[in-house]
Amino acid sequence: MTAALRFDPIRLPEKCEQLRKEVRAFLAEEIAAGTFDPHKPNREDTDAPEFSRRVGAKGWLGMTWPKKYGGQERSFLERYVVTEEMRVANAPTRRFFVADRQSGPVLIKYAPEHIKMDILPRICRGEICFAIGMSEPNSGSDLFAAKTRATKTDGGYLINGTKIWTSSAHIADYMIAIFRTSQPTNENRRHGLTQFLVKMKQPGIQVNPIGQITGQYEFNEVVFTDFFVPDDHVLGEVDGAWKQATSELAYERSGPERFLETYYVLTELVRAVGPNPDTRSAEGIGRLVAQLHTMRRMSVSVAGMLQAGKEPVVEASIVKDIGTVWEQQLPHRVRDLAAFVEETATNRETLERQLDFAIKTAPKLTIQGGTTEVLRGIIARGLGLR
Amino acid sequence: MAESDNIVVETAEKIFADLADPQTVNNDKKDSWQAPLWQALSEAGLPLAWVPDDLGGSGASLADGFALLNAAGRFAVAVPLAETMLAGWLLAQAKIASPEGEMTVLPASPKDRITRDADGALSGRARGVPFAKAAKHFAVLAHGKDGASIALVDASKARIETGLNVGYDHSDTVTLNKVQPVTVKPAPDGFDQTTMMLMGGVARSLQIAGALESMLDISVRYSNERVAFEKKISKFQAVQHNLARLAGESAAALAAATSAADAIANAKSFDDAVYLEAASAKIRCAEAAEKGGAIAHQVHGAIGFTLEHILHRYSLRALAWRDDFGSESHWAVELGKLIANRGADELWPLVASR
Ligand SMILES: Cc1cc2nc3c(=O)[nH]c(=O)nc-3n(C[C@H](O)[C@H](O)[C@H](O)COP(=O)(O)OP(=O)(O)OC[C@H]3O[C@@H](n4cnc5c(N)ncnc54)[C@H](O)[C@@H]3O)c2cc1C
Repeated sequence: MTAALRFDPIRLPEKCEQLRKEVRAFLAEEIAAGTFDPHKPNREDTDAPEFSRRVGAKGWLGMTWPKKYGGQERSFLERYVVTEEMRVANAPTRRFFVADRQSGPVLIKYAPEHIKMDILPRICRGEICFAIGMSEPNSGSDLFAAKTRATKTDGGYLINGTKIWTSSAHIADYMIAIFRTSQPTNENRRHGLTQFLVKMKQPGIQVNPIGQITGQYEFNEVVFTDFFVPDDHVLGEVDGAWKQATSELAYERSGPERFLETYYVLTELVRAVGPNPDTRSAEGIGRLVAQLHTMRRMSVSVAGMLQAGKEPVVEASIVKDIGTVWEQQLPHRVRDLAAFVEETATNRETLERQLDFAIKTAPKLTIQGGTTEVLRGIIARGLGLR
Repeated sequence: MAESDNIVVETAEKIFADLADPQTVNNDKKDSWQAPLWQALSEAGLPLAWVPDDLGGSGASLADGFALLNAAGRFAVAVPLAETMLAGWLLAQAKIASPEGEMTVLPASPKDRITRDADGALSGRARGVPFAKAAKHFAVLAHGKDGASIALVDASKARIETGLNVGYDHSDTVTLNKVQPVTVKPAPDGFDQTTMMLMGGVARSLQIAGALESMLDISVRYSNERVAFEKKISKFQAVQHNLARLAGESAAALAAATSAADAIANAKSFDDAVYLEAASAKIRCAEAAEKGGAIAHQVHGAIGFTLEHILHRYSLRALAWRDDFGSESHWAVELGKLIANRGADELWPLVASR
């Protein structure tokens, strides 16, 4: 018998709907004030510090964290609603979403108390930005191949090596990174990596921007040369990062941001075909909406499991696999359907501009946060095949 | 297979396991398993699960009935259980008591229409009616001058041209030619053919999801047994990835179908939100049947293509169920029209409302 995969029909509780209204009202004000254009995902100024602070002031960062760290002790499902409304509106969340989703929870679990008291409230106020330092030039899917060394020295470690594809490193205040503290053992290839909190913008770190095929600059190469990290910046167990890293994956992989990155082209297509679509457009839209709805129900279901304290690693991997494949295909399907949209559609130019960007974005969607192949390996393990 | 935590489902699963084991059923060329199975199901009150006590049924909740249909899908049960349940449910909408024995509903396609004359007689043709040949009675949704009505019809009054669907189950054409029903009553306010198609579509979605759960199950098991190139085929990464995709399709179907069932079970009316859920379930489950079924066959190789093997009991039936109560193409067009009509700015609020 295989492990039963369950996706119970979890519903968002009433208080989430109230919150959703507040988020929509806030975003509408920001749009009216010109902070960002929801129809324009390809802007250059996605780094919006003032917007981050205003989101923080609303209490929407670190929502689930303890109050003593500046959190709100709200539910994971409430956080879910905020995330999806931000994403659907194309809000400039780049500065805060990594810290909110991943880095903060890692610190809560593994950082010493004085560091938590220092950093977490600043995340909650939307003041600081985090990056994730996992990948290296020869270590992506195969994380155990990471070579960047942390060598023990007086009162801390010296770091030497290069991280790559580090999103937001150029604006980040901190990075949570894994470095090699000892060699893997024969019995355990996963041994020897340690998680560290790295303060950016210090001597010994050089951040080199890497252009992306969308024309944007989002990720970087980060070079460490005898960079010093103090002892109290070790996160969790020395040599034991692998265990720590995997338990975070369900949070990183099942959220609404994993199927909504190109969503905007669907809305724009519906606008372009107008209230009386021909059969072909209607069918195309109907299928895409059915697929979207199904994925979202799966994703909410995983959020409910996380809220209940479960670790749905396989289910989360399924959501990311199906979700990212979908968001990758979406712009191409919309392009198919848009081929016959009337020249006179008032938003035709917006749709074309969006498609141009979404088609360029699409290739990365099944790579970032773990490739499709790696996810399918995790699912296969869950099915008892390996 | 998912474990049941519900007494109706537990009872049903026990009966299915005892009397409708897919391997035994598959080997039985004379269909001699059908009568004992139907009798056991009837004694347990399952075919009339959705009919209240005072109308002759066992009064199970909508939710329990939906879970039962999912279990029936996991066993690829080939007796008119879902059809009788739907018929009983339809009759109960108009407070018509259910008779004993097999029933089915008509029409079973959104495009067919049964009309009711001034004198109460029913006429019209319904294609693709599941198990019409086996049914003693039909629950019929008809339309007349004064709106929709629901009728109980004696099956012997109808002309039936038998047919088989892709899954080798009866899918018949039923013609009513001025047939006087046993009972006829007005349908409740707002109840129309779309309501019935959505309900039937969700029933089929749950069955498809169940069949996919079993296809995943037997495919994983087979991959762990079959040896090629001196390895279990489950050790090949290509096979693992195929099975991971099958798991994804199975999970998507189950999520869509159970979500739609939950929506109907808790809804006050068949509003746009229920429409989104039910239509989406039928569309997504049909897509999953196609993609998932193909993978299950791929993993099984030639053996899965034989009549002797049980795989086709699930795969072909799941493919056949796509056609009942509106195909995915039908629902996609209708859902697309609804979305377009509400306008672009209403799309996300509708999706997020679920
Ligand atoms: C937009 C974007 C943002 C990113 N941001 C960050 C970030 O902030 N921090 C960070 O650390 N990383 C980041 N990454 C890196 C990302 O995590 C890696 O790209 C990813 O893990 C794949 O590693 P790779 O690029 O080295 O590809 P490789 O590991 O070289 O893989 C190449 C191909 O081989 C396949 N492959 C590899 N191993 C196997 C296997 N065992 N079985 C089957 N197939 C296999 C892969 O699936 C892939 O298709 C980002 C990537 C992108 C695209």
